[in-house]
Amino acid sequence: MPKVVTDVTCPFCGTLCDDLEITVSDDNKKILSVKNACAIGAEKFNHTKEPGRVTHPRMRQPDGTFKEISYDEAIDFTARMLVKSRKTLMYGWASTSCQAMSIGHEIAEKVGGIVDNCATVCHGSSLIAIQDVGIPSCTLGEIKNRADRVIFWGCNPAHAHPRHMSRYSIFPRGFFTVKGHKGRKIYCVDCRHTDTARVADTFIQVQQGYDYELLNAFRTAARGGPLPDEIGGVPKEKVYEVVEELKTGRFGVIFFGMGLTHTLGRNHNIDIAISFTRDMNEFTKFNIIAMRGHWNVTGSGQVLSWQYGFPYAVDLSRLDKARYQTGETTSVDLLTRNEVEACFYIATDPGAHFPIAAMISSSKKPTVTIDPHINCTTEISDVHIPVAMVGVETGGCAYRMDNVPIETRKVVDPPEGLLTDEEVLTRILNRVNQLMEEA
Amino acid sequence: MNTVTLTVKQQPEIILEADCITPDSFAGKTAAEIEKLPVYQGKQNCTLGDYFKVAGKAGSTPAETQIIVNGDCSRVKYIGMKMSAGEVVVNSSTDMYTGGWMKGGKLVVNGNVHSFCGLGMEGGEFIINGNAGNFLGASYRGDWRGMQGGLIRVKGNVGSDIGTFMNGGEMIIEGNADIHIATHAEGGRIVIKGNVNRRIGGQMVKGEVIVFGTVNVMMPGFHYNQDVELTVDGVTAMFQEYNGDLGERHPKRKGEPVYGKLYLKK
Repeated sequence: MPKVVTDVTCPFCGTLCDDLEITVSDDNKKILSVKNACAIGAEKFNHTKEPGRVTHPRMRQPDGTFKEISYDEAIDFTARMLVKSRKTLMYGWASTSCQAMSIGHEIAEKVGGIVDNCATVCHGSSLIAIQDVGIPSCTLGEIKNRADRVIFWGCNPAHAHPRHMSRYSIFPRGFFTVKGHKGRKIYCVDCRHTDTARVADTFIQVQQGYDYELLNAFRTAARGGPLPDEIGGVPKEKVYEVVEELKTGRFGVIFFGMGLTHTLGRNHNIDIAISFTRDMNEFTKFNIIAMRGHWNVTGSGQVLSWQYGFPYAVDLSRLDKARYQTGETTSVDLLTRNEVEACFYIATDPGAHFPIAAMISSSKKPTVTIDPHINCTTEISDVHIPVAMVGVETGGCAYRMDNVPIETRKVVDPPEGLLTDEEVLTRILNRVNQLMEEA
Repeated sequence: MNTVTLTVKQQPEIILEADCITPDSFAGKTAAEIEKLPVYQGKQNCTLGDYFKVAGKAGSTPAETQIIVNGDCSRVKYIGMKMSAGEVVVNSSTDMYTGGWMKGGKLVVNGNVHSFCGLGMEGGEFIINGNAGNFLGASYRGDWRGMQGGLIRVKGNVGSDIGTFMNGGEMIIEGNADIHIATHAEGGRIVIKGNVNRRIGGQMVKGEVIVFGTVNVMMPGFHYNQDVELTVDGVTAMFQEYNGDLGERHPKRKGEPVYGKLYLKK
């Protein structure tokens, strides 16, 4: 008889919804239905049913085709590559568990790798700003129960985090927010009229690349300073009006996304948004939260920060110390500047997201990719090691966008013979140890 | 002053980290000893002699040591890092961190420098006879101390984020600059003889930025105060003085708030 697994955590986006109900066949091999998830989350679970799943490691042949090999062969190739390379990029980690990351970091320490996660092309600039000016923040539960002024700046949760608005930020009725969305004032600042802007009470259309100037105007207005007539297409009266409304709130929050982190100025946009949040705490309670993308990219930042003090782009190539510099030890820079000799990708698809120049550079180096599926990166790799999907076919710890750890659950069995990230990484580590002892 | 001449004999296969190329490391050493100083390529430990031909002998103290580097150093990082005295002349372009955390002496690069050069500089003179990349005289990530003293002079253009968290010293740029000049600055002076793209003095508390050319977009937090006559780097001219950043905190002196100053040539 099919069984229902409740309280399943969704391994798709940084919202980490933990109320999914999944119906599984009685032999525990097939997912029959997914309840409560958004369309993207449901697709992640249903993906396990897709035909053509790779179940054996594959190695590229001289003619460009892939040949199936055993896990032992794949692990030996990977370990030899890591030991030989003087500087290895170990990128990804955002779609695997914190336990797997920690084993991966041990390998990086041994072989002098550079551990980077997909914050490097996403919220890395937010992390730089947090290092520079700190962050006044809170959990999503507090938003649900308290927030009455909600700003979405340069983000579009209607598409990127589909259940964010219904679970936390706009619609839910909380302990002090009994009226739900009627008790909240919603603002959307964007250069386009997005679907999130459609549910906002106030939409501020800022000219592209003028977020820093507009936030500077917000800060100046909060201190009662003079402003020019127009800032990035927004009239100064609007700025004064919104700032006064924000001051009268009881609990405010700014959610921000790629519209701030990847437009002109990058970390400075976040830096000034955090500074504005800090200013608003003179008048009321105000917070700021990054809309993290991959479901466990926050976890990778947490584990790296805990182990080495830096949230991404951690360079362990000197073996005895951890270094970090965005622009130098970040993946795209390492690849385009040809500063690494080998690439090791896990649980993320740089081939789909990095600039072409970076991937051309990567394709010329020995490359191993650990990923459940065939993707753009596996196709330019020398070895592809398929694994079980974390959060679906195996469990593990993940961190939500507000830095709350949530345990993901195993729902179905992986295809027979498939190893998990943790098992593959442990075996690579053991082989690396063996090779280094032999040397 | 004794001179040590380094000549590149082999290009690094990946990138060379040579933080030993300073008068401080060379002082009191013979050419053979200097050849044995450590440099790194990733996790591989090498020696300076693997990549450079060393000639001459260093002085007994850093102040008495001059280093001349010849050959292509565009893939060599950390030249002149933390140097406290003496002189380094590089007849090539250099990579990141050239003159980083420099404390004294004179560093001349007859070429371009990459990003993160003169980072957290405390003193001395750093002359770049070419262009500079981003983060010139800025702070290391997360540090609140950018350039604190000394002089940086760039003959060409600079990238973005120069003088971030700067709180002392002087930077003279003879060419143009991109975005984010003196962000978070709490002191110091930046002179730009050319044009600036945008975002001068964002979140600036104290300090001075003087621009001779044009500015594409002004920060809304800067407010016109008065016209003043200034003599800058030997040139006397009239400037419009702006106070800012009005969105940022400002200390008070004798009851009056102290602002960051932006001067635009009239």
